[in-house]
Amino acid sequence: MTTAEITRSIDARGMACPGPLMTLIGAIREGQVGDVIEVLSSDEGSKTDIPAWVAKAKHELIEVTPDDGYSRFVIRKAR
Amino acid sequence: MPARIVVLGGGVGGTLVANLLDKDLGRDARVTVVDPSGMHDYQPGYLYVALGEAKGHWLSREERTLLRPDVDLAIERAIRIHPDAGTVQLERGGNLEWDYLVVATGSRLVPEQIPGLAEGSFEFYSLQGAERLAQELRTFDGGRLKVGVAGIPYKCPPAPVEFTFLVEEYLRKKGVRGRSEIELLSPLNRAFTIESASELIQPYMDERGIGLTTFFNVEAVDPSAGVVESLEGEKAEYDLLVLVPPHKGAQVVIDSSLGDPGGWLPTDKHTLNVGGHERIFGLGDATNLPISKSGSTAHFEAPVIASRIASLVHGTAPKENYGGRVMCFLETGNGQATSLRFDYEHPPQPPKPNRAWHTAKWLFNRLYWETVPQGRIPENAPFSKPPAMAAPKE
Repeated sequence: MTTAEITRSIDARGMACPGPLMTLIGAIREGQVGDVIEVLSSDEGSKTDIPAWVAKAKHELIEVTPDDGYSRFVIRKAR
Repeated sequence: MPARIVVLGGGVGGTLVANLLDKDLGRDARVTVVDPSGMHDYQPGYLYVALGEAKGHWLSREERTLLRPDVDLAIERAIRIHPDAGTVQLERGGNLEWDYLVVATGSRLVPEQIPGLAEGSFEFYSLQGAERLAQELRTFDGGRLKVGVAGIPYKCPPAPVEFTFLVEEYLRKKGVRGRSEIELLSPLNRAFTIESASELIQPYMDERGIGLTTFFNVEAVDPSAGVVESLEGEKAEYDLLVLVPPHKGAQVVIDSSLGDPGGWLPTDKHTLNVGGHERIFGLGDATNLPISKSGSTAHFEAPVIASRIASLVHGTAPKENYGGRVMCFLETGNGQATSLRFDYEHPPQPPKPNRAWHTAKWLFNRLYWETVPQGRIPENAPFSKPPAMAAPKE
């Protein structure tokens, strides 16, 4: 578990692709630089889509933690 | 006393659910459709208007002509829904009382959410926009044509890809393809929201020389520089930019505090009840369901809502559930198309593009007015079921 303080938490479990990624993108749009956003997603596609988007958009993927039937992603808005 | 049923919105879903309820319940119900324009638009046709293949007046009819005679039509704008009082407030004054409410208020375009978008880009998601784009394409003499999506969710997910294929063919026939560059700017890491469809169409895009930039979420358009910028920090230069504008739910949903921040109704994916209200149902684009915003979705949801309301009116437990059924065509140019048939449990397995599906779409577009609003498409039509449930001939 990360020690970074979570600014916003998104529970996208049960949401189908591309819902979790799009919700994260919306949160990044609305957020401030430095915000730390947590996304919980049960969609398999998120495991590749979210890290790939975070890298392309030059934000920081702090953590990916698999849990029971879902994954937890923690992202810092870097710019 | 007959049950009072109010349907907000006279689009595909609203019209169909009203007709089905009137047919099923007869004298046991009084059905009223509330629609601000009183006109019913066949929006899938706008794509063809943009490409000069359809006329705008073919795509609009008076809602009254599509409703069964016993269904009332109020050409009014609903401005507030009061779930506890069981009323809908109308803009010109007065309230409509309901025992059951169906919210089929659709989605609307909000180009103002993206700076420069209205001035710097074209669209084919409104009749006016499609006609303007058609005019621009007629005089387009080649250059950098970029096609993108400026917000998710948006109506008819295949439409931007279809436009890209069809405009490629259009420019080829016009003789300016050689001096044109066509590129799809996708908000995702593939061309299309559905992975299997993306895998199917990618080779066709490559073959036709259609470029793809992935993870391009439109942030701003600079019309004077001819540049579109993405949230991811990329810039794309264009001579002609075609963007699907961002979408939002209806104002009445927002003003009634029934929606999420986007104005979409929190809707049960199976019962289609809104926000836990047993007597309020959400239909079509208006919901927050994780499926396509399309006429097809509304078409398959409407019978479920009609059945559930009919059960409640008769004092029996509603049984029918929505399984997420959707069926869309996807034009791939050169007189070919594929189809996407899926539900919550069965992802689509789109067939190789062929002439048959293109003809099916052409036929569907022409038969729409006489079939869909009246519920005349049979439940077991071969193209309406996911392939896992019924494999149609290709």
